[in-house]
Formats: sequence, structure tokens, C-alpha cells
Amino acid sequence: MDLTAKTKLFFDETGKIVRFAGRFFSMGLKPRFEFRELLNQCFIIGYKSLGLVALTGFIMGLVLTMQLRPSLVDYGVESQLPTMVGIAIVREIGPVITALIFAGKIASSIGAELGSMKVTEQIDYMEVSGTNPFKYLVATRVLAATLMLPILTVMGDAVSLFGGYLGVNIRAVTSFRLFFSQVFQSLSFNDLIPAVIKTFFFGFAVGVIGCYKGYNSRLGTRGVGSSANSAVVLSSVLIFVIDLLAVQITDLLGLNK
Amino acid sequence: MNTPVKTFPDQKNTTRPEGPVIVVENLCKRFGDNVVLRDFNLTINKEENVVVLGRSGSGKSVLIKCIIGLLKPDSGNIKVFGENVPELNHDDLDRIRARIGFLFQGNALYDSMTVRENLEFPMRRHWINFSQKDVDDLVMEALENVGLVHTVDMMPEELSGGMLKRIALARTMILKPDVILYDEPTTGLDPVTAREIDNLILKLKKKYRTSSIIITHDMNCVKNTADRVALLLEGKCYAESKYAEFEHSTDKNIRQFFE
Repeated sequence: MDLTAKTKLFFDETGKIVRFAGRFFSMGLKPRFEFRELLNQCFIIGYKSLGLVALTGFIMGLVLTMQLRPSLVDYGVESQLPTMVGIAIVREIGPVITALIFAGKIASSIGAELGSMKVTEQIDYMEVSGTNPFKYLVATRVLAATLMLPILTVMGDAVSLFGGYLGVNIRAVTSFRLFFSQVFQSLSFNDLIPAVIKTFFFGFAVGVIGCYKGYNSRLGTRGVGSSANSAVVLSSVLIFVIDLLAVQITDLLGLNK
Repeated sequence: MNTPVKTFPDQKNTTRPEGPVIVVENLCKRFGDNVVLRDFNLTINKEENVVVLGRSGSGKSVLIKCIIGLLKPDSGNIKVFGENVPELNHDDLDRIRARIGFLFQGNALYDSMTVRENLEFPMRRHWINFSQKDVDDLVMEALENVGLVHTVDMMPEELSGGMLKRIALARTMILKPDVILYDEPTTGLDPVTAREIDNLILKLKKKYRTSSIIITHDMNCVKNTADRVALLLEGKCYAESKYAEFEHSTDKNIRQFFE
């Protein structure tokens, strides 16, 4: 495929995804709402991801602290370790890593689930049984992903900081109270709120991409695998793109000081 | 066990239609350059089983998907209970769909739901007000019809292919539709199970006085279930008559299904 064709395909696909996201606002947010399915999806997408997010968050906090310590010791600012860990986790690493883990777990599962429903005609059956499949399947999953990721991120940040506290105590002795008072002294709402806001967009991107890939799955079982795979790849890339935009916006607003 | 035919709360005043229940007129459907249906015509009368026979890829499934509104035809009329399906809005189409059952080729049962939840799904979704007792009674009645009451709390993955087909048939029948569209109901089943499905189709037709379109290329199914047979060839209704006349036809396009 030559460059022109690839460019055309890229813009064509981008246009389709934007239209799909537009349908979420034009159709998915109108009554009749599927509250029961939304709660079910919040349970599956949010609650069932808690363990994974907590585990990865904990390891991330621990490793980050252990990696940072030697450099800070070299410069004689070892006492600033809680401050650095706190800012790094809350502003950037926590939201992005949690979103990437979330994309790996949720985008693939939504892509594969909707893809297999598509190829086994379950979505067609839904339509003939008086259900709008877009509202029932897509709107609920996108909304659940958008609402659950910020909660998971805040929880992941907390577990990461605890991992950081243990990391500090591997080579030195610092009290729990001292560590966290230093972390919170260095943080303000200007650090926390933009970081949490961007996770709503990360969650929306993961939900939309997972649903789009699954809903438009083709070519039987091979298509289902391909949908799951491309949902993870594309949503992970989008997370970085949104993060880049978020940093530019917070910089323009003077919140990155 | 003989269970009396029930009337739904919102269907008490709905009389069954007299005359043709489905009239397909000059139906055309193409996918890109591939013309699947061209000026296709077919009429289904009340309490009649019409089998649409045709080779794989001839457009049989496309026809019934146009009838139920899953696909939009390029031109032509599809009148179901006197209403032209391509012109209906979503709510009107939903109202019509509550009176049409559709048995999908691959059953389309939800893997994540039990048999009971699968059967309850159309009752919960068509926004008809059922009490919990109505729902429970209808689920058990549907399972009694197909002889699978014991599977009510099982998951689809625990059932055999024939059982899945019967559960899908029970789900199709649960809203007591006036019309049922069967998409290859016996494909992939062994001859004994296929015969059981044929018998169920006949039993349910007699019990609920339904009209049906049965899409198939299984000649045993045609012989067992058809009141009338229509042959779909090159997008058109090539021939239409009783099964016996088909069986004795000397036309080479018809003979190939018997050889």
C-alpha cells in the first residue's frame, strides 16, 4: 500500500471513529437509559479491575522509589524522595500507567466481547428483540469506562504511594506519618485535579475504541482477535496523544509549576 | 402437557390479521456491485409455512433480514401486517418486531446468560409490561414446548447443538409471534435432531397458529415443513408451488436440489 492510500485509510478510519463517538452523545445519552446494564458494566469494568490496578500500582511505586534513591543520594537531596515520588505518581505516572493497564484489560475484553457478539449474530438478535444495541452495548460500556478509570486512578495512586513508602524504608527508616506529610505538603489541587480530569478522557477513549473495534468486527473468529488486538494498540496510543494535549493545556493555564 | 395459549396484556384487543400477513413486492437489494435480490416477489398467507429454497449465497438470509428490518432494501415494498417495513420509524418497527419471531442460523443465544435469562430477554426488552409471574410462566411454557424444562438454570455452553437450537426456538416463540422467520433451522444438525426441529416447527405452528418463512437448503426440512415452496434463483422468485409439484418437476434448476 502506498503512502497516499495509507494516509487516506488513516483519515477514513479516524472519521469513522469520530462519528462513532458522536453517536454516543447523540444517541447514547438520550432516554430510555439502560441503568441496570450500566451498573453491571461499572461492576465488570471498575470493580473487577481493582486487583490488577492495585498490584501494578504498588509495584510501580516501589520500583520508582528504589530507582530514584541513588540519584538523589548523589546530589545529597535524599530527603526530597517522598516529594519527588508523590509529584511523579499523582501528576503523570499514576494516571498514565493505570490507563495503559486499563486499556490492556478493558479495551481488549470489550473488543473481543462485542466482536464475538457481532459474528454470532447476537447483536442482530438484540435489535430484533426491541433493544437498541448501541445504547445497550456501546453507551453503557463507554460511560462505565469513563466513570470508572478516574476512580481506579485515585485508588492506584494511593496504593503506589504506599509502595513508595515501603521503597523508602528498604534502605532507610521513615515513619508513615512523615512520608505522607511530606508527600501531601508538596501536592496541591493543581496537581491532582488536572490529572484526574484527563483520566475521564483516557477512559472515554478506551471505551470508544474498544466498542468501535468490536462493533465493526468482521471476518469471523480471526476478525474478533484482530478487533481485540487493534483496540488495545489504538487506545494505548490515544492515551499518550491525550496526555500530550493535556500537558500542553495545563502548561498554557500555568498549572505545571 | 397441554398449556393454554396465553394472551399478552397489550395484545388482548389485537386480532390476528386476515389475508396475507407478509407481501414482498419488487424487492431489490445489492451490496456494492453484487445484486442479491432483483424484483423479488413473495406472499405469505395466514397460518402458512413457506419455505424459501436456494443455493448458498443466493440471498435467502438477506430476504428475511430485509423483512425484519435488519437490512434496508434499495427499492421495493415489504408489507408486514399491512405496514411497509422500509418506511417505518424505530418505534413502529419495534412494535411490528414484537409480533415477529426470528430464529437465527447460529442461534444467537447470549453466552453470558443462563437459559432462563436468555428466554426472559425479549420479554424485558420489548417494553411490554409483564408481571414476574407472567415471565416465569411463559419461560416454563416455552421450555415445556421444546421439552427442555430441566435446562432452565444452565448456561448455553453446557448444552448440545440440538438443545441450543431448541432453546433458541423456545426464545423465538416466547412472545407468541404471529409470524416466525427461520434462518436455516436444521443446518449443522444430525438427521434425527433435524427431524425433531421439523416436528417442533409443525407443532408450534399448529399450537400458536403462526405463519412462517423457512430459509433452508435441507430437502428433508422442506418436505416436512412446507405448505408452499419458493425457489430463489439469481435474485428472483424462480418457481413457487407445493412441495409435491417441486418433487416431480423436470426443470433442471429445481431437479438439482433433489439429486
